[in-house]
This record gives sequence, structure tokens and C-alpha cells, in this order.
Amino acid sequence: MGEKRKILFQIFISTLYLSAFTFGGGYVIVTLMKKKFVDQYHWIEEKEMLDLIAIAESAPGAIAVNGAVVVGYKLAGAAGVVTAVVATILPPFVILSLISVFYDVFRENVLISQMLTGMQAGVGAVIASVTYDMAVGVVQEKRIFSIIIMGVSFAAASFFGVNVIYVILACLALGIFQTILNKGIHKNGHPTRMDERRAGL
Amino acid sequence: MIYMQLFLSFLQIGLFSFGGGYAALPLIENQVITLHHWMTAPEFTDLITISQMTPGPIAVNSATFVGIRIAGIPGAVAATSGCVLPSCIIIFILAGLYLRYRNGCLLNGALTALRPAVVAMIASAGLSVLLTAFFRDSQKINLAGIQWEMVLIFIFCFVLLRKTKCSPVMVMLLAGAVKVLFSL
Repeated sequence: MGEKRKILFQIFISTLYLSAFTFGGGYVIVTLMKKKFVDQYHWIEEKEMLDLIAIAESAPGAIAVNGAVVVGYKLAGAAGVVTAVVATILPPFVILSLISVFYDVFRENVLISQMLTGMQAGVGAVIASVTYDMAVGVVQEKRIFSIIIMGVSFAAASFFGVNVIYVILACLALGIFQTILNKGIHKNGHPTRMDERRAGL
Repeated sequence: MIYMQLFLSFLQIGLFSFGGGYAALPLIENQVITLHHWMTAPEFTDLITISQMTPGPIAVNSATFVGIRIAGIPGAVAATSGCVLPSCIIIFILAGLYLRYRNGCLLNGALTALRPAVVAMIASAGLSVLLTAFFRDSQKINLAGIQWEMVLIFIFCFVLLRKTKCSPVMVMLLAGAVKVLFSL
């Protein structure tokens, strides 16, 4: 029992620290988690950690939170999950609570308000740049299927006001359908028209 | 009841944001601006700015910020727990399955189809952020309403991001500083 409490305490302190001082988003924090729990503490094996990271990145939700869940789960079960998640959301919770209290005061200050307005263009540029890289990544895969999904989804969300959730559900269903179809084809060992067409793409 | 509404809205955000980071943006926009009018578009853009400059995932940041402004600390707790609950449950299940079957083929297949859509969703959210920044009134989009200085700042920032190794936070701060100079 004392041993378990010690582990939980360690999980709490390390995830709290990682969450409070990691700028740059989920992918960064997951890498740092690997450094801490695999290379420094040797609590998790490298290969297993890679599997856990894959789970964290493929499940829905914030990657930092997902990373905390997998590590907590692996190290101390349900109690570990709760400990790691609370430690991960505590720093942003406190910081944003403070900011939300001062936000209106900030916005009324002419200089800060101008600054924030200018930063809107900056954020737009950051998102544009990130999106550009991701879109190039998708196009470079040279799969017409992916490019069509990208185009249709963009039009649906931007011009036709389709709810984002429906787009995501539709694509999930499409992906599952396609995977099952592919599997069936490989089992038969006979390439079908679908397969040839895809090879041609 | 407002706490329940906050909880359920952020539950959906947590449940459907695949891909982390920016993937949550379109969902937050949809729930918080379009459906519930808890925030205006410029406020949302400010929130993204703040999230970029503070640690923590944008979904959790938004949950806290929106929750506290709509219903105080209990609201923030309700929204934040809604936003992390799906992660906890889904990963419990996935981790169990994964350790048994290792290669989750079906999941991988589903995610392959999802990735381009996620990129498109982020692009769409980015577009509304830009429209908010560029037009005095983002409901009325016409040439007369363009704030040209914001367009200039955007181009300047975009070039900086693509051509130099400036960090996003630096670029954003610079954007703010340039706007202050314009306004003097």
C-alpha cells in the first residue's frame, strides 16, 4: 500500500511538472513522457511505451491527456489514470481560470486590446502554416481517395455548414468499410476491379 | 441546466476530436460559438492565442475558460471533466484490446480515412479565424470591410513561419507588436 502510494505520488509530480512546463502541444508532451518514464525512471519498456503512445495518438481527445491516461493506466491502473489526469489538467485549469478573470480588464485596455487583435492575424498565420504542412502531407501520399475526402470535407464544413461531428463519423465509417473490403479482397487472393483501380491511382 | 449543458458539449468535443491539438478547434467552434453562443468569434480567436502561449491542450484550456465565464468555477469543472472523460473511458477499452490484439487493423484503417478529413476541418476552422481577423464584421464579407493592416500582418507572419525558424509564439507576439505600432 505504501509502495503504491509512492508510485501515485511520483506519477502526480511528474505529470504535473510535464503539463505545467510543456509548451508546444500534445506531441511534445508525449515525447517528454517517454523520456521521463522510459529513459529516466525505467518504469516502462521502450517498445511498450511506443505502443502506448500509438494508443494515445489514435484515441480521440487531447493528446497530453491521453498520454497521461495510458501512462497512469499502465503504472497503477484506475487510480493511476485519475492521478495522472488530474495532474495534467491542473496547471491549464489554474492558468486559464486566472486569465478568464482578467480577460475583460485586458480587453478594455487599448494597448493590450490592439496587441490581442494583431495576434489574431498571427494565430491565423500559425494555423495556416500548420494546415499547409498537413495538407501537403496528405497530397504527397498520392492517394486520390484521401485527397477527395479532404476536399469534400472542407467544402462540407466551410460552405455547407455541415456539423463537424457528422463529417468525422462519416469518414470513420468510410475508413472501417474500406478496411473490411480490403481484408476480404486479400483473403480471396484475387485482385478485384476495386483493387486494380486503386493500383492505377 | 447549464452545468449539464457545459458537460455534454465538452464531452462531444472530447469524444470527436481525433488527431490532437488543432483537431479540437473546429469542434470547439461548432459547440461554443455556433450552437450555444457562449463566445463570440473574436473571443474564440483570443482564446486560441492564449492557448498557444500557455501550456496545456486547447480543449482543456477552452473548457476552463468557457466554463468559468458561463458558470464560474463549478462550470469550469463540469466542462473540463466532460472534455477528459471520453479519453479515460476509450483508452481503458483500447489499451485492453491493444494489449491483446496488438495491431488494431480496423482502427488504423478508420484513422487513415479520417486524417484528411481532420486536416480539412482544421483548415475550415482556420478560415473562420482568418475571416474574423480580416473583416470588421465577419458576417458581412465584402471588399470595403477588409482591414488591410491585418492582412499585411498575416502575410508577414506567414512568411516568417515558412522561411525562418521563428517559433509560433514569437511570431504571434511580433504580430501583436506590429498592430500596436499601426495603431499609434
